[in-house]
Amino acid sequence: MSRNAIHGWLLLLPAAALLALFTHWPVVGTLWDSFHATTRAGKPGPFVGLENYQVMVSDEVFWRSLTNNLWYALGTIPVSIALALLMALWVNSAMRGRTWLRMAFFTPTVLPMIAVANIWLFFFTPQYGLLEQVTTALGMSSRNWLGDPETALACVMVVAIWKEAGFFMIFYLAALQSIAPSLAEAAAIEGASRSYYFRRVVFPLLMPTTLFVLVNAVINSFRLVDHIVVMTKGGPNNATSLLLFHIYQVGFSFWDTGYAAALTVVLLAILAAAAIGQFVFLDKRVHYQ
Amino acid sequence: MRAERGLLETAAAWLLGVLWILPLAYAVWTAFHPPEYSVHFTPLAPLSLENFRRAWEAAPFARYFVNSFALVTMVLASQLVLCTLAAYAFARYEFRGKDVAFLLVLVQLMIMPDVLIVENYRTMSRLGILDSIPAIGLPYVASAFGIFLLRQTFKTVPRELDEAARVEGAGALQVLWKVYVPLARPVYLAYGLVSVSYHWNNFLWPLIITNSVASRPVTVGLQVFSSGDQGIDWSVITAATLMTSGPLLVAFLLFQRQFVQSFMRAGIR
Repeated sequence: MSRNAIHGWLLLLPAAALLALFTHWPVVGTLWDSFHATTRAGKPGPFVGLENYQVMVSDEVFWRSLTNNLWYALGTIPVSIALALLMALWVNSAMRGRTWLRMAFFTPTVLPMIAVANIWLFFFTPQYGLLEQVTTALGMSSRNWLGDPETALACVMVVAIWKEAGFFMIFYLAALQSIAPSLAEAAAIEGASRSYYFRRVVFPLLMPTTLFVLVNAVINSFRLVDHIVVMTKGGPNNATSLLLFHIYQVGFSFWDTGYAAALTVVLLAILAAAAIGQFVFLDKRVHYQ
Repeated sequence: MRAERGLLETAAAWLLGVLWILPLAYAVWTAFHPPEYSVHFTPLAPLSLENFRRAWEAAPFARYFVNSFALVTMVLASQLVLCTLAAYAFARYEFRGKDVAFLLVLVQLMIMPDVLIVENYRTMSRLGILDSIPAIGLPYVASAFGIFLLRQTFKTVPRELDEAARVEGAGALQVLWKVYVPLARPVYLAYGLVSVSYHWNNFLWPLIITNSVASRPVTVGLQVFSSGDQGIDWSVITAATLMTSGPLLVAFLLFQRQFVQSFMRAGIR
């Protein structure tokens, strides 16, 4: 090996060691543990084959969490991306008060999710909460928004959208500012309407950003469960349990780490699918260079 | 393009803006007024800091703040050193296995430590550092995001500058420190802001790994406080909530442009 190569590896070494210890090793360890029983009293669990996975297949809470998570992703991602794009277009235009608007949209991003969850918990509180105040003033009947399995998941989704839309707005804002003004001028000279210009010029140019935001949104919808811990603890009746929250409960409330590992494998598979999806798409039609 | 927008559209934008700021405004109202005004909106309601005082006295928030400060400082400092070195290797060195190594780094962009809680808890337990501030930060120190961001930046540095410094007799690390790091200053600022807000706000992993006042960051402290024996004194809980988000929120409101630009810069890859 040349001196140059040795230097290269030496520079890389500290980061590589920590990455291996806290990312790659845990991934392999998760897979390994998912085929073993939970460690008891310091003794490593024996090999149990697919037993943890069999438990999973018959675990109703797992299926509930998985379907909840899919609905949660389907509900939050398109709405927050659409809102983010709308916000970015507004903030990027010559609209009055756009500095104020940018602040209003972006502020939730700076707050901790747990603070956000606390604020919204109060918002949804029966009788005292602001939501109740509004609905009773409008003559609607009182309702426990977070305590009702029908509405609880939707409430949590609203919180996620509120928190994330402003974050995604930033990426669109950056992309919009990189579009050459000459394109708009050319479109105007050709007599293209504003909606036509948006559909045929701006939107296609934003495609890589949309993909980037989409992948991040997918990851976040499986990664962030802070608000679940604060607002509902997965309840009522597991109506708001998401996959990672279920892992957290199995792993750290029931201390069944073998089964928690098997559940984590499912989560990792979903994230890997998102990664491969991005990889495949990036080479296809979304990239303009 | 900065096109003029119609009145109707401006109104819609403002409505969304008001809607977006409303939950926070509501929290501010509740926190700064006596409890009996928390749902009565009269403009003449007396302002009060009593809720903040009660929250501050009811839980060891001072300690939580110290812990959070220690955490974000430690994480950011180690991230900057490790990511700079790794990014330099990826940007300017040729060695066998570099591409594979880079792919392995990128894995962390998809599979973040946030989802590897079960295994990482085990590792911390084996290392004997459960319930400590380093245990909260360690999994995040080798940040793939930081490495990627700095590598992209270092690659744009003209090689002539690098070579000129070497001709002057500077060693590899000196070149890194004197040429690359100063040129990447805006990126460091951007990354720093993103990292600090991420780790100040992080919750699930610190919740799992900490177990005592001595190591809990503010987010976990807030949760312990608000789910504890406070009952449902919303005014006090809201005050505590604003207090924990306070430093970042104030910094954001003061340096709004820098914040937004930093997040934008970190987002363009």
